[in-house]
Amino acid sequence: MTELTPLIYEISVPGRTAATTPALDVPQATLPTEMLRADLPLPEVSEVDLVRHYVRLSQLNWGVDVGFYPLGSCTMKYNPKTNEVAASLPGFSRVHPYQPEHLAQGCLQLMFELQELLKTIGGFDAVSLQPAAGAHGELTGVLIMRAYHRARGDEKRTRMLIPDSAHGTNPASTTMSGLQMVEIKSDARGNVDLAELRAHCDDTVVGLMLTNPNTLGLFDEHLAEIADLVHGCGGLLYGDGANMNALLGIARPGELGFDVLHYNLHKTFSTPHGGGGPGSGPVGVVEKLAPFLPGPIVVREEVESECCCGEQDCTHEPGDEGYVPGEPAYFFHFDWPAQSVGRVKSFYGNFGVLVRAYTYIRMLGATGLRAVSEHAVLNANYLQARLKGTYRLPYDRTCMHEFVLEGRLPDAPDVHALDISKRLMDYSFHPPTNYFPLIVPEALMIEPTETESKETLDAFADALLQIAEEARTQPHLLHEAPHRTPVGRLDEVKAAREPVLRWK
Amino acid sequence: MTYLPHTDADRQAMLETIGIERIADLFTDVPATKRFPVLDLPAPLSEPEILRELQALSESNADIDHYPCFLGAGAYDHFIPSVVRHIIGRSEFYTAYTPYQPEISQGTLQAIFEYQSMVCALTGMDVANASHYDGATATAEAVIMALSVARGRRRKVVLAPAVHPEYRAVVRTYTQGMGLSYAGDESLRVDLDDLRHLVDDETACVIVQNPDFFGRLLNLNKLQALADAAHAHQALFVVVADPISLGLFRPPGDYGADVVVGEGQCLGNPLSYGGPYLGLFACREQYVRRMAGRLVGQTEDRQGRRGFVLTLSTREQHIRREKATSNICSNEALNALAAAVYLAALGRTGLRQIAGLCYHRAHYAAARIAAIPGFALADESPFFKEFVIRCPRPPAEINDWLWDEYGIIGGYELGRDYPILDDSLLFCVTEMNSRSEIDYLVSALEEVLP
Repeated sequence: MTELTPLIYEISVPGRTAATTPALDVPQATLPTEMLRADLPLPEVSEVDLVRHYVRLSQLNWGVDVGFYPLGSCTMKYNPKTNEVAASLPGFSRVHPYQPEHLAQGCLQLMFELQELLKTIGGFDAVSLQPAAGAHGELTGVLIMRAYHRARGDEKRTRMLIPDSAHGTNPASTTMSGLQMVEIKSDARGNVDLAELRAHCDDTVVGLMLTNPNTLGLFDEHLAEIADLVHGCGGLLYGDGANMNALLGIARPGELGFDVLHYNLHKTFSTPHGGGGPGSGPVGVVEKLAPFLPGPIVVREEVESECCCGEQDCTHEPGDEGYVPGEPAYFFHFDWPAQSVGRVKSFYGNFGVLVRAYTYIRMLGATGLRAVSEHAVLNANYLQARLKGTYRLPYDRTCMHEFVLEGRLPDAPDVHALDISKRLMDYSFHPPTNYFPLIVPEALMIEPTETESKETLDAFADALLQIAEEARTQPHLLHEAPHRTPVGRLDEVKAAREPVLRWK
Repeated sequence: MTYLPHTDADRQAMLETIGIERIADLFTDVPATKRFPVLDLPAPLSEPEILRELQALSESNADIDHYPCFLGAGAYDHFIPSVVRHIIGRSEFYTAYTPYQPEISQGTLQAIFEYQSMVCALTGMDVANASHYDGATATAEAVIMALSVARGRRRKVVLAPAVHPEYRAVVRTYTQGMGLSYAGDESLRVDLDDLRHLVDDETACVIVQNPDFFGRLLNLNKLQALADAAHAHQALFVVVADPISLGLFRPPGDYGADVVVGEGQCLGNPLSYGGPYLGLFACREQYVRRMAGRLVGQTEDRQGRRGFVLTLSTREQHIRREKATSNICSNEALNALAAAVYLAALGRTGLRQIAGLCYHRAHYAAARIAAIPGFALADESPFFKEFVIRCPRPPAEINDWLWDEYGIIGGYELGRDYPILDDSLLFCVTEMNSRSEIDYLVSALEEVLP
């Protein structure tokens, strides 16, 4: 990796710019002088300096295209380049969201078909593509659950049950929706503790938010009983789709008892994570929840032989309006769904991300998607098998797409998961997720994904085994790691105590 | 198989290590009756096949490279310098995730730190976060922050009617479980003076948009008076701003804003049929521990080398869970990177020039359209790059006419949000609309009335 590079402000020289602008070709209008700003302290750099600055910064980064990125719960699979080409087609990227529907039929058709594909894959009756990320889909789903109960006049339901292994977004989404969360413990096999769940299931329960497979990478062995308990008390079962990469063609959440689920297109369906977004978090629901989805949703209708321009003396030829009589056309219905929780975002969703996910699903088809999950689970179990003799595996079961080890070693008491993670960087691997889920001490959460080869998995396992050996014999190598990165361990306490959040 | 590197020999060796015979044996925890459903999906396609299909699909849209477009209303066609696409196309950036491991994420972290700095400079605020999903959700998060600053004791939001209709809708969606009341946006007759009188000790925040949804630049004295009224009642003053306008006009920090939010799409991000966009969020330093979202801060390593980390994360869901300031996790980091590259490329003078071009061309267009018999500018307020035109025929008919006869994508039909404006179109003119394109629009509109 390259050296650190100065801030863009530090290479700024007054008078430089990296952009050209058209000349003023209209008469100058009067400017309201009292409204004009005195100064605009932005950097001033030439184009070549700008490019070098950001290229150097990019070289300080780790991405899936740089190397293995087994960050548990994040599904850092390879991001196909076809997707990028598709999303940047001018016919998609150069379309304004308020263009009349007849001038955006390609966008609408793609969205409609993606809704259908996601319904089929998840086993749901309706899908909204609007949420912009997983947590956004969660908020949407929780609002839908709340609205469903209230529409039935069941306003005493204010408690959301959430397992202790859940992502932090689950309780946070619950609070944002004005509901109270109740934590449910996990049992010794990593499942939801059925006795505790049973004790909490009553007529104040909105539902249960369940990640399945859960954040331990385990498929809950009592899923049917869980669904029955939750439904039995009048609650709804929410599915956190963060871990859908284990389930494509393996099982459909809608058939497993889930009433609502968010998909993470940036995990399961290969769209890039972008350094922290953009993502996309569509929500699928069973029929009784469909009226509560955020709108608008794309519908397909057959255009009648009459032109739909509405003009009395229409002289349009068939096809003038962009619609061909007798052919299907695609529309938004802005007054539908009828009991919608309302918009969760301006416009219709992260369309550019939808194009990428659509491309991926169409290239893989049903057999390809099932192979994705099969190999994601195969890769995880292979790594688990290679590592569990050295690192403690607290829940020793067949895992799904990820697994969680303890990052502490009996004969190296001063070594922590963080040290192991930092040392992995010296072996040119991105570390696993650390310290999550919270129920495993010193957690190392490893998700290899299906796109990694056996050679890569072996090299990673060899590195972790070597590190375990180093922990016993040369623990300072771990405590001082990483050694080969542009910066060493950074002082996070200082960053929080004396916040410097912008260049001055 | 697409994107899978495994050979038969690999699979066999891996199964042996695991100690099972078949891949299907990995799935015995899945209820047998639900296991391996047949997915009724279209047959898989090769790369040339899918690209050909998508090319055709994309060409059934009227893309604005081929047709003049005068739509704005929250999504804007501004030129994107080639360097922006080049940089965000670096896969070291776009295939990374949230920079949890700072030693190998200094690229993303430093770029976000620089982005935060530039957003502060634009808005006149002290701190900016690493982004929200869009302008609408950033506005909703500003409301939630204001409730938190008031420690849950205030339940009223004063909202200007000329805040983007979809932003107002999203704010209500987000807060539907919080028992809030809203005042101000029930009628377009509510002006800045009226809003001032609506502020009371129950008010958590006051929200205005400047330039407003109709493109108008609001009176700074009245904005300052509204800010003073908000502050007199310990309420926060939230301004929704267009970042391009801030190249030319006073930042909201100059007239009392506590929080500035906005849609950052116009900073180097394509229109892309409504997303992914970029929610800007900046505020005064005293509220930093109550703001949502990711923050990057400067620090150093053991050798004293400067570096950047995610910081103040005890506000966030992965640490604070149900007590977090927001549930936000993934945001719009790559769009924020595009905005940073865009702002750095244009710099101190470039952004001012772009904003000036928008202003002058919009005023040229407005004057020429208003001079056509039957058409009129809706009011005399100063405006930036959008303006409202009252029309002699129903706006939908005019837009159909513009498209059918001239291949022009016309203005935004305001009647869909404001019934009393059902005779009005909101036109947007940016530096992408040349004088000849404006003249073409004018010549088309001249034919509307026989």
